[in-house]
Amino acid sequence: MAETTGTATPDTVVQDASDDGVRRRDFINVAAVSAAGIGGLAVIYPFVSQMAPSADVLAESTTEVDISAIEQGQAIKAVFRKQPLFVRRLTPQEIKEANDVPVASLRDPQTLAERTKEGHEDILVTMGVCTHLGCVPLGAADGETRGEFGGYFCPCHGSVFDTAARIRKGPAPTNLEIPDYEFTSDTVIVVGQS
Amino acid sequence: MIRLFGILTGLVFAGVALISFVAGFIAWASEEHVETAEYVFHKAPEDVAFSFDGPLGKWDNVQLQRGYKVYKEVCAACHSLKFVAFRDLQAIGYSEAQVKVLAAEWQVPEYNASTGEVETEAGLPTDNFPPVPYFGQGNPPDLSLITKARHDGTNYVHALLTGYADAATYKNDEGVSLKEEFPDFETPPGAYFNPYFPNLNLSMAAPLTAAGQVTYDDGTEATVDQMSQDVAAFLAWTAEPKMQERKKTGWWFIGFLFFATILAYLAYKNIWAGVKPKKSEAD
Amino acid sequence: MSFPWASQYEPQNPLMKWVDEKLPLPRLVYNAVGAGYPVPRNLNYMYNFGVLAGFCLVLQIITGVILAMHYAPNALVAFSSTEHIMRDVNWGWLLRYMHANGASFFFLVLYMHIFRGFYYGSYKAPREMIWLLGVVIFLLCMATAFMGYVLPWGQMSFWGAKVITGLFGAIPLVGEPLQIWLLGGYAPDNAALNRFFSLHFLLPFVIAGVVILHIWALHIPGSTNPTGIEVKKESDTLPFHPYYTAKDGFGLGVFLILYCLFVFFMPNALGHPDNYIEANPLSTPALIVPEWYFYPFYAILRAFTFDFILPAKLWGVLAMFASILLWFFLPWLDKSPVRSSRYRPLYRKFFWVLMADLALLFYLGGAHAEEPYIMLSQLATAYYFLHFLVIVPIVSSIERPAPLPYSITEAVLGKDDDATLDAQAAAKA
Repeated sequence: MAETTGTATPDTVVQDASDDGVRRRDFINVAAVSAAGIGGLAVIYPFVSQMAPSADVLAESTTEVDISAIEQGQAIKAVFRKQPLFVRRLTPQEIKEANDVPVASLRDPQTLAERTKEGHEDILVTMGVCTHLGCVPLGAADGETRGEFGGYFCPCHGSVFDTAARIRKGPAPTNLEIPDYEFTSDTVIVVGQS
Repeated sequence: MIRLFGILTGLVFAGVALISFVAGFIAWASEEHVETAEYVFHKAPEDVAFSFDGPLGKWDNVQLQRGYKVYKEVCAACHSLKFVAFRDLQAIGYSEAQVKVLAAEWQVPEYNASTGEVETEAGLPTDNFPPVPYFGQGNPPDLSLITKARHDGTNYVHALLTGYADAATYKNDEGVSLKEEFPDFETPPGAYFNPYFPNLNLSMAAPLTAAGQVTYDDGTEATVDQMSQDVAAFLAWTAEPKMQERKKTGWWFIGFLFFATILAYLAYKNIWAGVKPKKSEAD
Repeated sequence: MSFPWASQYEPQNPLMKWVDEKLPLPRLVYNAVGAGYPVPRNLNYMYNFGVLAGFCLVLQIITGVILAMHYAPNALVAFSSTEHIMRDVNWGWLLRYMHANGASFFFLVLYMHIFRGFYYGSYKAPREMIWLLGVVIFLLCMATAFMGYVLPWGQMSFWGAKVITGLFGAIPLVGEPLQIWLLGGYAPDNAALNRFFSLHFLLPFVIAGVVILHIWALHIPGSTNPTGIEVKKESDTLPFHPYYTAKDGFGLGVFLILYCLFVFFMPNALGHPDNYIEANPLSTPALIVPEWYFYPFYAILRAFTFDFILPAKLWGVLAMFASILLWFFLPWLDKSPVRSSRYRPLYRKFFWVLMADLALLFYLGGAHAEEPYIMLSQLATAYYFLHFLVIVPIVSSIERPAPLPYSITEAVLGKDDDATLDAQAAAKA
């Protein structure tokens, strides 16, 4: 064997392929290439995962809001996951307006009760992000226009929301989003609690 | 031409280097060589056995929690820990609720835009450890990275904390007395002698002086050595919180690579089998 | 050019055929690192480092681009953004340690690649262009590594930047304005950090471009080999694929094991503790040293301590630059017709002296600037210049090389039938 392999040219390797050793040999080559492939794929995982939110960002995924200072008819803007959050204490008049609307006539039918927590029907917590293209609607800060339905008005493309922050007019497809939140006491809500 | 030019250039550079050598040698030979106390008496830290040493090392969360307590009750008077957030403490075995309580025990400065003042508030888990104002002598470094920022850092922290001595009576391991060897050696006022510190005198007084200075919740006896070890371990964690994860991941990588490299070797031998002469045939 | 027996690219797959007609990229790869590139059959493991260097470059570019997604090149936050990567970014610690140790391993590989060139005379005709491009790559890598080391904005980053830009200040007349211009200020600060980041991002792609030229130039004469004699015929060569791809694959595995040992189990062993202290322009570290891969050049820089006509500092700077730039002239300094040190007994001895000299310079570059280290570095520096500029030219003219084998085939197999035939023909004539 040694004699013949000694002077072999690449061609003889191909000839070798016809004998019985071929399967084992091919198997090793295939296994080596596969191992390299698996290794390469495994390393991609951290390279992709690094773009996901980092620990400090995830740590800010819940926000506590103290609502004791909000007076009737007033709203505050807070920041939840780097986006505006509107918290509004409705007046009895606004609650009545919201409840008087026939739900079936709405684009995104929801009652005020469905959009608030039991026992806190006057506290309306919504994202301050228009469901059309993500602008911040007006109406949360003092002196801003609230639109013709007394809720919020998005200046970008004219979406109008009512006192329950439901879409009434304009291009937005759905009501302003209600984030996950809960009351930890009568005056504190925690937003983002899963 | 190039070679002639090259030889000349080479002779010039080598010549100037040699002139420098001769000048340096004469200066060195004619000067008296005074060894400094810092050089002779500086001590390298002794090895302490930590649970996280070595490639299989793991954090001992109970120890890290003890170390946190030492940091909070002793070190934090002067040293900040600004790269560590309270939320990170969950990694050493505190629950989310416990971290919230721990964080609230710290006062974190917060800029109040409506008053223009910086006010302090109870810390939140998302906050980092607060900066520590210091007005005394010296410059207390931030401790977040201290074990990586010093040579053999974890052992160094332990050695420094336990290494304070009296310069007047200090003898090194060979029994040589500092005062006899260097009668002029002095520890300036406001400084303290410690053979583990690079220039032997540092501005920090021994911070851990008495057993029981910190009361451990787990009943471990709080000797000075124990407290020093615990805080050194805690600072090793603050410097590299991902150490355990890193070593664990490393075993996967190394294990896989060994396997893949053996396969690659077999494939290499296999492919070359037809063309490589036996050793005896070559040359 | 390629050897006439190189196999031609003949795509079987219709898709590859279609691509090859429109854009012969598969053909290019096939001829560069595939079966279409015949390589001497006797390359040893020292010839693995070229492919490894290419691998390191790709690794550094990938990890570097990712780190740039999280790093902030601003003097106020650079250090804390590095810590953000280490603590908060998913797998950030892995990416940063891969990149930092990757730089060290890149240089380790480059040095092995260069020393192989010294030993086997790879720089000689007709391969001068490959060598010149290689020196350019090395210089670009040095610049890139230096600027990368500044980015974490630790104490060594800051003081390294200050010392290295300070070198330019040694140049007469224009030195000081030049230094201020380089830094965009009187000391390293935001302006310097930002431009270093920008260039650190750019240069690796320039390096990649020069690497392509380096490989292109390589494919004209083909690779050298440990005998240093040229390829004569087909039995002297093997196709790159699968023979050298397999060998390089194995070499890569060994390399990665070593690399991962550092990344995962001693990631800071090659770095300096002081770089975990945030940059402080008002406090100098006790010992300012560059990364280990610059130690020899740093030792040369510090070796000049005597004002001989020119100021010592200027001598140091000139010598440091000259110590690398002289490599450009190596193909013309060494006129020996024999390439490989295997057949150059005298040169081989000096080669090993040079290796010992470089090992000493590596050690001295990291040592404190005190005696006896400075005196030793002066002697080592003197030998370094004598070796390349005086010994190499003289040895190459006076040395009597050992007899060369007839062909690579003979060197590998112990006999070559063509050689016997040639000898018979010569005897008849």
